Amino acid sequence: MELYRSHVLICRGTGCTSSKSDDMEVKLNELIKEKELDKEVKVVRTGCFGLCEAGPIIVVYPEGAFYSHVKLEDIDEIVEEHLLKGRIVDRLLYKGEEEEKIKSVNEVTFYKKQKRVALKNCGVIDPEDINEYIAYDGYMALGKVLTEMEPKDVINVIKDSGLRGRGGGGFPSGLKWDFTSKAEGDQKYVLCNADEGDPGAFMDRSILEGDPHAVVEAMAIAGYAVGANQGYVYIRAEYPIAVERLQLAIDHAREKGLLGENIFGTDFNFDMEIRLGAGAFVCGEETALIASIEGERGMPRNKPPFPANSGLWQKPTLINNVETYANVNQIILNGADWFKDIGTEKSPGTKVFALGGKINNTGLVEIPMGTPLKEVIYEIGGGIPNGKKFKAVQTGGPSGGCIPADLIDTPITYDSLTEIGSMMGSGGMIVMDEETCMVDIARFFLDFTVEESCGKCPPCRIGTKRMLEILERITSGNGEAEDIDKLERLAENIKSSALCGLGQTAPNPVLSTLKYFRDEYEAHVNEKTCPAGTCKDLVSYSIDPEACKGCTLCAKACPVDAISGERKEAHVIDQDKCIKCGACEEKCPFGAIINK
Amino acid sequence: MSKVTVIIDNQEVQVPADYTVLQAARSNNVHIPTLCYLEGINEVGACRMCLVEVEGARGLQTSCTLKVSDGMVVKTNTKKVREARKATLELLLSDHDRECLTCDRNRNCELQTLAEELGIKDVAFEGEKNVNYEDTSSPSIVRDPNKCILCGRCVGVCNDVQKVGVLGFTNRGFDTVVGPAFDKKMDEIPCINCGQCIAACPVGALKEKEEIDYVWEAIEDDNKHVVVQTAPAVRAALGEEFGLKMGTSVTGKMVAALRRLGFDKIFDTDFAADLTIMEEGHELLDRLQNGGKLPMITSCSPGWIKYCEHYYPEFIDNLSSCKSPHEMLGAVIKSYYAEINDIDPKDIYVVSIMPCTAKKFEADREELAASGYPDVDAVLTTRELAKMVKQTRVDFVELPDEDFDEVLGESTGASVIFGATGGVMEAALRTVAEVVTGEQLEALDFEQVRGTKGIKEATVNLNGTEVKVAVVHSTGQASKLLDQVKSGEKDYHFIEVMGCPGGCVTGGGQPHIKPEDRFKKDVKAERAKALYTEDKSKKIRKSHENPMIKKIYDDYFEKPNSHKAHELLHTHYVKRENYPLDK
Repeated sequence: MELYRSHVLICRGTGCTSSKSDDMEVKLNELIKEKELDKEVKVVRTGCFGLCEAGPIIVVYPEGAFYSHVKLEDIDEIVEEHLLKGRIVDRLLYKGEEEEKIKSVNEVTFYKKQKRVALKNCGVIDPEDINEYIAYDGYMALGKVLTEMEPKDVINVIKDSGLRGRGGGGFPSGLKWDFTSKAEGDQKYVLCNADEGDPGAFMDRSILEGDPHAVVEAMAIAGYAVGANQGYVYIRAEYPIAVERLQLAIDHAREKGLLGENIFGTDFNFDMEIRLGAGAFVCGEETALIASIEGERGMPRNKPPFPANSGLWQKPTLINNVETYANVNQIILNGADWFKDIGTEKSPGTKVFALGGKINNTGLVEIPMGTPLKEVIYEIGGGIPNGKKFKAVQTGGPSGGCIPADLIDTPITYDSLTEIGSMMGSGGMIVMDEETCMVDIARFFLDFTVEESCGKCPPCRIGTKRMLEILERITSGNGEAEDIDKLERLAENIKSSALCGLGQTAPNPVLSTLKYFRDEYEAHVNEKTCPAGTCKDLVSYSIDPEACKGCTLCAKACPVDAISGERKEAHVIDQDKCIKCGACEEKCPFGAIINK
Repeated sequence: MSKVTVIIDNQEVQVPADYTVLQAARSNNVHIPTLCYLEGINEVGACRMCLVEVEGARGLQTSCTLKVSDGMVVKTNTKKVREARKATLELLLSDHDRECLTCDRNRNCELQTLAEELGIKDVAFEGEKNVNYEDTSSPSIVRDPNKCILCGRCVGVCNDVQKVGVLGFTNRGFDTVVGPAFDKKMDEIPCINCGQCIAACPVGALKEKEEIDYVWEAIEDDNKHVVVQTAPAVRAALGEEFGLKMGTSVTGKMVAALRRLGFDKIFDTDFAADLTIMEEGHELLDRLQNGGKLPMITSCSPGWIKYCEHYYPEFIDNLSSCKSPHEMLGAVIKSYYAEINDIDPKDIYVVSIMPCTAKKFEADREELAASGYPDVDAVLTTRELAKMVKQTRVDFVELPDEDFDEVLGESTGASVIFGATGGVMEAALRTVAEVVTGEQLEALDFEQVRGTKGIKEATVNLNGTEVKVAVVHSTGQASKLLDQVKSGEKDYHFIEVMGCPGGCVTGGGQPHIKPEDRFKKDVKAERAKALYTEDKSKKIRKSHENPMIKKIYDDYFEKPNSHKAHELLHTHYVKRENYPLDK
């Protein structure tokens, strides 16, 4: 094995790659070769580091220098200075909120509070090199179960660990494994749900991009536990990098005899294939996913029967999502007790969240369950940008709800989130500041659900559309007195009548905002005002003549020439021309633009 | 099947362990409403009407998909259930073209009935409707997506029963439409026009292409000699449209009604059924004796014929070359009848009353114009005839029994059973057996080919030769059988195929079946019973003994399969592309 004095880890997750980290990788290698450093320095392409806000990210070891916002033209300097001369490029080092330059990746606050289990290898190993995975204990868990454990022991470990489904519902994974193992059938299947669809969520993609073997290994373990010899990963085709790396992982595992027949010399056979989804959100619902793999239109079926008894091609089928599988190997290796020590009693382990919205550190974070929302938002997430006030946080995507500021101390567990009208979901976490209108947020999510409804059952197909119409009426200032009651009646009925989880949870964004921000709805309906000042039809912009200094910046910013006034005199906005874009407000240095 | 105990609405009942909650409830007179449910065909739990509360279950459950389990406690009529059903129905109505008064299914619509039963007074959630064009391109079937409630019953029938599969869900969410792929029109797809989708539709989204007005116009036209003929299955079901019990044969009243509608002559397609037996029976004998293409397959059902042309073109040579009975009669009316009555065939307007929508397409086939004019000018379904009768305000139930007009109105028991699956086979066997053996049959009832079993088989000894026959109904079953024939697994001499499940009595043009009758009655058997009863009551029960058949051969055709018979009574078929690229 060759030894290198330096390792350059370059993030090649989707986020950084779309900011040209692929070109940077090529250039790095070229320059290293040119400088004849290729025997000393190794470039490692990795998966996502998590701190996407700072991307593209390059980390150079052994120093742990954490370069952020790297551009293609910075590569010369990194090679010339750091790799050739051993001088860290200060100007590229990640700068946190604390305004001081931080050198090592280990010193970044963003990472300090995290506990990486599912993301253990992401940003650490080269996902395209099976040897790197193996070097990090890869396939040890599979070896252990095949040579030392009976299937029922495997199931017991998963059961004892208390692992719950990370895809949304939080159903105890061990029970699912147990049901599938006990179901009668000569042919069984193991499926991986990689049809990640919540707006803004990308943890499953990142795991598959950064550590695909973890999923391959866990599925083989699951196959052994439940008695299946065939697995399918259902992944959306919009994840090309993840698809490519997963396919490579499957191919490499097969080459090494880690998939296929007589794995580890035992009589256990297991193989797997990828099935591409066309991007329908509903195909993340397990029965719709199964229908889609079968070649049918992706529409959910009624449960029962559950997939454990009658799933893919009516055969007993185990289906877990990517992040759930990503926990399995370590539970097997470290034991159920180790896992239970992380998190809370009923929600053991960690959870990965995709932090987004009005927050400084957008990206992926993995935290122990039970961590208060506040800690994630303010400490790991770095708080709200531009000194704005925190208003609410949305978890669980279109199925979840909005959690108001006074509940921000709530610890993150499956049950506590459900209790306050939201849900864990797959781990989307969207932060909203004082300028976010909660009615508009509900409208946004309903718009998504309406778009993604499969159309099978009327409550979802027509009901969500009617809810959206009412929300559109309200946000456009045409809300009627009975609209709020209608929304509530619709929401309750859709919840109780819709066929699948997508429909049943679709009203949650409305119900939770109605619960915590009813006054905003009432203001829209009764007073025709938008308290957050974002519903265009309900706001008007004017200029406070006292505060206006006549600097003309607003007039220059206005795209429709609605602002007039002499230099050094108070300006005015022509309401007939104004398109309420808010450009003037952004530009005004004196806070003279009034928006109500 | 072992039984389990279930408590439904506080009532303890024992039901077979494989029942669904819906079956358990219905078999104990608890009537849970349904819209999308069609037993054995569409059990998808989509419409949410059959929701019930089940103790211990999370949320409401669809009783049509949930299997019973021992000790299960079900409540079908709680406030929560009622409110859920009501809200869902209101939603359906909010996206429905609610022009009930002018709808084809007014007073005969499952959605309308449910709205009344659930007490919908107001549609609270009005909003945008999913508006789409009405597709009138097919000569048989009109598809109006604005009436469609997306229950999927037609999709289930078309895909799983008929194995045609031209209807499916397209688009998604609120924009979902049931229709052909790629927004194609009904006349651009390999639809066989069987109309089983219409029979499955609970609302007015699928209906036949109505031809009533053309017929009224012809009747009004003094220069037209308007002749009507009625298929055997019509008489077995028409009475249902006027409140008569299912299975009541209304032949006499039907003739009386037609006379009051103003038709110049009222003939019986049954006569042509006898003629068909003569032609087809002799064709079979010829093929058997002279090494013709076997198995020979019947050609009475135009849905089946088009299915064969699209999906099994390799069997086209196996099809009997006989036209279907009403086309034969049309050809006879515009030739023989025209000649003896000295009427110019161009002035004759032939109307066929059929249990079938595929006959409308068939009548449009260019090759079916033996006289130079279409053999048949208009085809009305049983439902359309009922509408015409209602339009005249004739009191159908009180009508006297009247007879068909002379010559082409004479028929036998053999022909009347054409309307039920197995009927053509039985009628053919009665004739072929006697022709071959030269002896009178002792027993005329061929029980092996009767009934509603999917595939029926029999072996008949004809003068020492074992003739193997099979009977199937529904193109789905035909497909299964033909695959077996193709693979060599099965081997027959003669196969009867009827395109619709149950044969013509449950054809796509027959009266709509009430939802409660679907699970309370064996509709196929009840209607068939009317025909078998009529067969039994007929003095003459064998086609070749029909005196008028003898006369027409003596006077006109000379003998079965003669040159003249071929000119007028036989046809040919073409291989059809399924989705031609140039369309």
